[in-house]
Amino acid sequence: MAKLYAATSKDSSLQNPKKETINLLLNYSKALSVIKCNEMKFTRLLN
Amino acid sequence: MKKELTHDAVLIRNYIEGDENALAVLIHRHKQRVYSFIFSKVFDRDLAEDIFQDTFIKVIKNLKLGKYNEEGKFLPWVMRIAHNLVIDHFRKHNRMPKFDNAGDFNIFSVISDSSLNAEKSLIKNQVESDVRRLIEELPEDQKMVLKMRMYKDMSFKEISERTGVSINTALGRMRYALINLRKVIEQNNMILTN
Repeated sequence: MAKLYAATSKDSSLQNPKKETINLLLNYSKALSVIKCNEMKFTRLLN
Repeated sequence: MKKELTHDAVLIRNYIEGDENALAVLIHRHKQRVYSFIFSKVFDRDLAEDIFQDTFIKVIKNLKLGKYNEEGKFLPWVMRIAHNLVIDHFRKHNRMPKFDNAGDFNIFSVISDSSLNAEKSLIKNQVESDVRRLIEELPEDQKMVLKMRMYKDMSFKEISERTGVSINTALGRMRYALINLRKVIEQNNMILTN
């Protein structure tokens, strides 16, 4: 089996978003609700 | 690969039905690919974070509004949104270039050499000489008004006093002078721009 010598980047911060960004998205999703009115849909953001 | 796609589809369905944890799994699963893609285009950590955030805000909204059609292409769909937002960013940035004060200050980014190069200088002299020759062909009254206005920078009031005609007459002569100049330029297909 051939060995792979490709160096892997140790700085994972360049490949992944910050935890705060992920948390913000998850909180945003929890706060966002959709209201259905007849055949229309509205979004509502609750803080 | 197929298993993962099926899994995405299940997670999306669960999320639409109200399971918020499904979204967390989806984001954690794809965050690296989406973020790396954005970063590879903008090369700026903060900007990449912003675009990543905007991408998933769009994803969340579309999923909750039922605008996403599940065809086993969740990641390509997210990547397309990210791609469009990157393009939007560059369009906005090009339209409104900002002075970047961060990093090393480069004086040449704010000042430039406005003097003409040799070629443009020659063309400018040629154009000015052609215009002077054209002016000499105008009727005497029009030529006088045009020279006073354009070369001596006199007001029409001063011109009227100097030539002994009313301001309206001076204005009319100026107007005819320009009309006649344009006519000659067009007739001879002359190009008088640098």
